[in-house]
Amino acid sequence: MAIIVRRLAIGLLVSGMALLAMPLGAEETRTIKLAVVSPLSGEIAQMGEMIKLGVQLAVEELGPELAARGLRLELAPQDDQANPDVGTGIARRLVNDADVMGVVGHLNSGVAIPASEIYKDYSLVMVSPANTATIVTDRGYATVNRVCGRDDVQGPAGAEFAANTLHVKKIFVVHDKTAYGQGVAQAFAEASRKKGLRVLGFVGTEERANFQPLVLQMRALNPDLVYFGGTYAQAAVLVKQMRDRRIKALYMSDDAIDSEGFVRIAGPAARDVYYTTVAGPSSEFPAAKAFGERFTKRFHRRPEGYAIYAYDAAHVIIAAIRQAGPDRAAIAQAVRHMELEGITGKIAFDDKGDRRLADYFIIHLPEGTYPGKVVRKIAMPAPPRGH
Amino acid sequence: MWKKSRTLGGGMIPLLAAAIAGSFWLLLDPGSTLAFLVWLAAVLLTLAWEGRPRLRWALGAVLLLVVLPMAGMANSFLLELTVQIGIYAAMALGLNVVVGLAGLLDLGYAAFFAVGAYTWAIFGSAQAAAFLGGTFPLPGGYFYLFLFIAVITTALVGVLIGLPALRLRGDYLAIVTLAMGEVVRVLANNLDHPINITNGPQGITPIARPPIGWFSDLLGSVGLVLPAYIWYPLFFYLLVLLLIGLITLVNVRLSDSPLGRAWVAIREDEVAARAMGIPLLRTKLMAFATGAAFSGTMGVVFAAKQLFVSPESFTLVQSILILTMVILGGMGSIRGAIVGAALVTVLNLQVLKSLSEYLNVLRQSGAVLDLGFWRYDLSALPTQLEPAKYERLVFGVILVAMMIWRPEGLLPSRRASLELHQGE
Amino acid sequence: MDWQIILDILPSVLLEGLLLGLVYAMIALGYSMVYGVLGLINFAHSEVFMIGAVAGAEVMIGCVHAGPAAALVLALLAGALVSGMLAVLIERVAYRPLRRRASKVRLVPLITAIGVSFFLQDAARLYLGLVHDDFYRVYPNFELLERTMDLPLQATIQGKGIVLMGVAALMLGVLWFLVVRTPMGRAIRAVAQDREAASLMGIDPDRVITRTFFLGGCLGGVAGVLFGLLYTQINPYSGFFPGIKAFTAAVLGGIGSIPGAALGGLFLGVLEIMGGTYLPLVSDGNIGTEYKDIFAFAVLIAILLFKPSGLLGRGHVEKV
Repeated sequence: MAIIVRRLAIGLLVSGMALLAMPLGAEETRTIKLAVVSPLSGEIAQMGEMIKLGVQLAVEELGPELAARGLRLELAPQDDQANPDVGTGIARRLVNDADVMGVVGHLNSGVAIPASEIYKDYSLVMVSPANTATIVTDRGYATVNRVCGRDDVQGPAGAEFAANTLHVKKIFVVHDKTAYGQGVAQAFAEASRKKGLRVLGFVGTEERANFQPLVLQMRALNPDLVYFGGTYAQAAVLVKQMRDRRIKALYMSDDAIDSEGFVRIAGPAARDVYYTTVAGPSSEFPAAKAFGERFTKRFHRRPEGYAIYAYDAAHVIIAAIRQAGPDRAAIAQAVRHMELEGITGKIAFDDKGDRRLADYFIIHLPEGTYPGKVVRKIAMPAPPRGH
Repeated sequence: MWKKSRTLGGGMIPLLAAAIAGSFWLLLDPGSTLAFLVWLAAVLLTLAWEGRPRLRWALGAVLLLVVLPMAGMANSFLLELTVQIGIYAAMALGLNVVVGLAGLLDLGYAAFFAVGAYTWAIFGSAQAAAFLGGTFPLPGGYFYLFLFIAVITTALVGVLIGLPALRLRGDYLAIVTLAMGEVVRVLANNLDHPINITNGPQGITPIARPPIGWFSDLLGSVGLVLPAYIWYPLFFYLLVLLLIGLITLVNVRLSDSPLGRAWVAIREDEVAARAMGIPLLRTKLMAFATGAAFSGTMGVVFAAKQLFVSPESFTLVQSILILTMVILGGMGSIRGAIVGAALVTVLNLQVLKSLSEYLNVLRQSGAVLDLGFWRYDLSALPTQLEPAKYERLVFGVILVAMMIWRPEGLLPSRRASLELHQGE
Repeated sequence: MDWQIILDILPSVLLEGLLLGLVYAMIALGYSMVYGVLGLINFAHSEVFMIGAVAGAEVMIGCVHAGPAAALVLALLAGALVSGMLAVLIERVAYRPLRRRASKVRLVPLITAIGVSFFLQDAARLYLGLVHDDFYRVYPNFELLERTMDLPLQATIQGKGIVLMGVAALMLGVLWFLVVRTPMGRAIRAVAQDREAASLMGIDPDRVITRTFFLGGCLGGVAGVLFGLLYTQINPYSGFFPGIKAFTAAVLGGIGSIPGAALGGLFLGVLEIMGGTYLPLVSDGNIGTEYKDIFAFAVLIAILLFKPSGLLGRGHVEKV
């Protein structure tokens, strides 16, 4: 045993030294890093992992283009554990690593908001594939951008669909008490009120297992539709317990349940669930079919949720590095003025970093299997500043 | 087992060696984790070794006031890290009063940190206008005033929580404080309705920072023209050093005061202390309030430094983190609390993260480990192995290991080491 | 607010409270028995519960083709054994060395217990991450267990709810029999009363303590499996809240008392579901379901202040 341990240790040491020696050997190419920060562990790791893999594919496919500039692009994946404390800690490390030229991230708006306060001070550009909370870009920071849509469009899009297509009258809104879940639930509830729907309840919960108090409230109030603002792990358990107790109300949720994990936990209860999302499935984009094939070939699994958006976000930063060279401020500026044809369509940012024209989707899971069917696709411009 | 007969010269040699080596290394390569660790070891040794006070003071001053700020100008992350260590050290000193001196196991200590942080966050941002009206945020200059206001608010909360909790015996007190800590977090998370006081899970941002024009002028007048992004890290670094100095002074004075001896008496034997005429509840409340006040002040600094507070920063894990620092350093030991805070913070923020990054480098290297009988492709290393995810496991191991093998801590107070080894 | 609605769902509220309360009662017994013999709040018991639930899920997923009855029985056995042995292991590794040293500082075992609790949370997380590359385990669906049946007064219950009640009642009964009617139970009670005197009477306290930990662990593990079955998923941090509530139940019923723990558990279960359901309804959403975890804490503080011996506990004399 001791011998094996020693040999293992020597092996690690040798490989470590080889790594240290590497940059010395290749003096003329500078190594720079593209960071991707998302939760790689914990409840919603599956969504965070997709963001990481999307960026990894972009770095592997597009990174070599930078060789002409004498740059070698490396991926620096970070796990923010969906926790703002961990996220800001990582942000502080990243801004002080002079090789980091850009950040793709985060998944959770609650993490992205404080972390971007730090990126801003060091002109480090952040392109988010997934943060939909309005405040992320509404602060107007020059370094903060997103390739996805916003909650103040996503929520109302869902409300419009609920009122005009599903014809529901009474809704019950639940959220997970995070910055993101509460934000999108609030946007949905407000838009629903404006459409003349009755909001029977607006309840937050940190619970992960026992949703019976909520289910019992639904039984008392008898809503036509239950909306959940939050991520898939809770959304799935909630809908399962609703169906177990014969709550017949329709169930609708947000872009954070757009994962195979939702269907896996909810089982048969996933049938007939609706959700809004800002990340369309690969089937919606002409260029995405080839992407899906490359992705599956490389990682032996299907791209889900934000994988293509992460790829596009990384694409924007890599293109900006090619234009501006290894200079953070110049890269941030180049990103803001970048116009390119991504997999998810034309990408261009407005003056506060929102995508000029973002897509919003309403997806239905008629059979309770993933991925579902797109029942509506809406392209909407980002609302102007201070709307 | 812990001999007191260290010769003065014997201790100084490794100290000086570490100090010189760490300083040069850090100044030459400010990005190196190892260099920082050697520097930190030198600082901690300066603190730990006894004797030669004048030399040690001079050495400490050079290490803290010259070497680190200079290295921090090249790599401001060093300043971030040391500020974080400082904030935790101050809190460990506060918890040390409660757990170490008075023997009251408080598992909800992060609650006071939260109260302090929210005290400034609410008034130093537009948040206060949401329920008070008027014009907020207050100008950044109020920051200094709030350092004192937070002392009062957190001490009050400490008394409020302590009044029911401190009537209980030791182990019940632990679980009640744990519950209270959770209550404070849940309140912070939920007081966004019906009246929006804390802004709930959205958190509060941006939070005003004190204006430091005078500070950059001061730096300029001694010939230091620095880029703007370094001003605040440097300012907070010096502020935290100053606060730790003050808190340490208060701690030393308290532990030698009649009140401090009353705390120790209660810790040793509550019944006997009561028989001696020590008012139990009032004395315990004083300990609770004092500990809370330290934590509250640092909460204000934390809010201004982070620019953002949300309930997720004040969980049970935070409370246990600070407890781990106190236990590692030694219950009741002032130097121990600082050393424990430094070691645990560096382990958590620097060492575990660096190991995780090293794993990532290994993974990207594409190297294959070949042991003859077994081949392993390093790119298949699971991300789940990254040690940075498992802070609870690390704290748990530290707590259990210390309790089993060295309950008096690394730098024990003299009294504790006598007491804990009585039965041997 | 329409009071008719509140009355209409009351039977369902009570039923859900009963199911949750039975889980709390079974966990509470583990705290209660250990506190009885060692005077120690075994913080790690909530993780014993959680790991039992994980073990049960593993077995149940593995036996998904064996049919509901076999899968359920095997899962319950696995949960009980894994948790029982884990509890014994914790006692051996972490608590016994401290007892040997006979330190008079009370904080030492308590801090150790907290450390063990934290350690186990992330150990479970590491296991789930490495083996399943995931954060939680999901209990499989068996048609028989999921089937919903109608009860009078508009209440419904699922197959797994009936299983939970049956198993919990059986476990509580067996435990009561073991502790009250067997020599082993007498030894446990003797050690709880006075460890030194018991050892003078020829009882080996270490053996009794080991058995107590095993029994408490078994109950916790079974509770974990039932909890996971009822609420679908289990993750490494699932133990914390049920643990602290079950401890509250033990204190409420009078620590050391078996009927007390059961009663306390039921009370807290019903209180939590009732409060969580009705408060938002009557306060028009101003005081929401999010406060439901706090009710247990309020009860804990109130009971410790006003009747620290609990509802069914014996009075406590401070030993000097």
